[in-house]
Amino acid sequence: MIVRKKDRVVVLGITGKQGTFWTEKMIGYSTNVVAGINPKRAGEMHVGVPIFASPADAVRAVGADVAVMFIPPPMAKEAAVSAAQAGIKLLIVLTEHIPAQDVMAIHAAAAKHGTRVVGPNTAGLVTPGECFVGIMPAFVPSVFKPGRVGVISRSGSLGTLVCLNLTRAGLGQSAFIGIGGDPMLGTTTRDALEALDADAGTDAIVIVGEIGGDMEEAAAEYAKGVRKPMVAFIAGAAAPPGKKMGHAGAIVTGNTGSYAGKRKALEAASVIAVDAPSQIAAAVAAGLKGGRTAMQAAVSRQ
Amino acid sequence: MNFEEHAAKSLVLAPAAIPVLRAILCLSAKEAAMAAAQIGPCVVKAQVPVGKRGKAGGIKLANTPKEAEQVAGQILDMRIGDYTVERLLVEQQAKIVREFYAAVLNDTTLRKPLILFSTEGGMDIEEIAAEKPKAIRRLAVDIDKAPSAKDISSMLAGLDLGAAEPQVTDILQKLHAAYRARDAELLEVNPLALLADGRVVALDCKFVLDDAAIYRQADIAVGGGASAMTDLERRGAEAGLKLIQLDGNVGVLANGAGLTMTTMDVIRHYGGKPANFLEIGGEAYTKAGIALDLVLSNPGVKSLVINFCGAFARTDVMADGVIKAWAKLRPTVPVFFSIHGTGEDEAVALVRGALGIEPYDFMEDAVQAAVRAAQ
Repeated sequence: MIVRKKDRVVVLGITGKQGTFWTEKMIGYSTNVVAGINPKRAGEMHVGVPIFASPADAVRAVGADVAVMFIPPPMAKEAAVSAAQAGIKLLIVLTEHIPAQDVMAIHAAAAKHGTRVVGPNTAGLVTPGECFVGIMPAFVPSVFKPGRVGVISRSGSLGTLVCLNLTRAGLGQSAFIGIGGDPMLGTTTRDALEALDADAGTDAIVIVGEIGGDMEEAAAEYAKGVRKPMVAFIAGAAAPPGKKMGHAGAIVTGNTGSYAGKRKALEAASVIAVDAPSQIAAAVAAGLKGGRTAMQAAVSRQ
Repeated sequence: MNFEEHAAKSLVLAPAAIPVLRAILCLSAKEAAMAAAQIGPCVVKAQVPVGKRGKAGGIKLANTPKEAEQVAGQILDMRIGDYTVERLLVEQQAKIVREFYAAVLNDTTLRKPLILFSTEGGMDIEEIAAEKPKAIRRLAVDIDKAPSAKDISSMLAGLDLGAAEPQVTDILQKLHAAYRARDAELLEVNPLALLADGRVVALDCKFVLDDAAIYRQADIAVGGGASAMTDLERRGAEAGLKLIQLDGNVGVLANGAGLTMTTMDVIRHYGGKPANFLEIGGEAYTKAGIALDLVLSNPGVKSLVINFCGAFARTDVMADGVIKAWAKLRPTVPVFFSIHGTGEDEAVALVRGALGIEPYDFMEDAVQAAVRAAQ
């Protein structure tokens, strides 16, 4: 789930307002956009990209590795399933508010066809200096720069803030993996952590989590065996229990998904958990120089 | 979206042919008496979308119309959780032999529908899970399939349901079908009761409709939505914005759920208290002006943090929305900005030029200034 310049990207919903805006941004950042999909405009060109009627047509004509969807919720299931059936290996579902049972159907189709889903409700993937797929400000130089820190985030806005803070501290990023804010995600925090752990270009990992669900706890299990320095920030410490905080996934019920539980699980796996996003960069910098003891010291100094 | 018992039964269970007892919805003690005259010995039940109604005194037996009027008078206007009781369900009494638990819900880990059944009905599923975890049977179902009678009977194996088993099997299948047809997040029958006459009926029902599916469940959605909201939260909902009013004094306006929660966390980190959750992320980023109006309408707000970190949400569009609303609203509380991400150069220039305010480079500094100003 780290996107590369050679990856051929097909954009579903390319002709809409957001599809157009973000496709131009992606192309401007040298993402290899090879096709767009709109059944009514097959054969035309849009922002310099050939349009096909379906992902299957695009795969046949030009080949594609990655699909990204700018598709509203009522049509999202059909679009995602068509991409999986076409044999797309990596499907980025940006759409928020897809009905849960449609999301289940998307995951079932993806499993059947061997497609990895990122999202729903993700802001996408960025490989700074190389390419990006989604709706992240990869092209804003104050936010992203190439480097060796991998960032995992459920939230696009908060992930942007974290990368901004890293960049300001002189720490570039190897990859940003937006996993999404929905309760049922194709790619979990743990999946992303495994990918960054295995990535030779990544020396340190930042996990930006949120209250709700059990993904951070599951990632903590895997983190026990990771040697790269890891820093985590979990949003929602001040959130009242029992209320959905925007993201459908961000809700605390009973003891499940609480801030304290997640922080405890991560700390038990030697992940340094910080109280505010501004503390992340210093902890990462210390970790890259002096390992975990230095990180702990850097955090307690703040 | 939560539904009260009467709505869940009449809109979801009854159309799915899941047996329920005869019941009449009443808005006054007088109506309850009339309903009891028709039904006979009855149970008078407060209609609020929260659990533990019985423990709170919201469910009472009545054997005559006069008793029904009396207990109805006691239950109406009672506070249960965040709700005031305004409606009652007057339901036939029945002799219960056994109480079961049945539900179909989204299993977010398996990403599949999950059917739950337990012979320990009447208590919360959380309580059953904590006290008698082995009493809960589970069946995960592929999203494109329906559970066969055979699937269900293997799920129920060893529970000793006797003559009730065929009825339970049928009800579980229908419950799954209703969950699918009605985009339930949760469809729970607790208790599902075996009566002395041998029938198995749904005595209570909790139905949570997936908010994202309201657009295709419009016919039943009109019967739900009875969640407790403040006036300000209702105004937010009407504008299509998720607003949660809190008891602090530092207002929050940010884009994206993650960034908004983080802004609240940092307010608390610096010793302040957030006055609200309100985010204008996703498609809502064009609603910054309405959002500013909402936050400033909260009488508790003494200072305001506007924290934009644009990915999809363009900060220039959001800043423009704030500035246009500003001229009309003329905020009297100090406002502190931090702006980064997509469109940040234009956005910062707009705020500087139109409002004469210099955004902070770090959100933590904007928050700290707001917390100080609120004190």
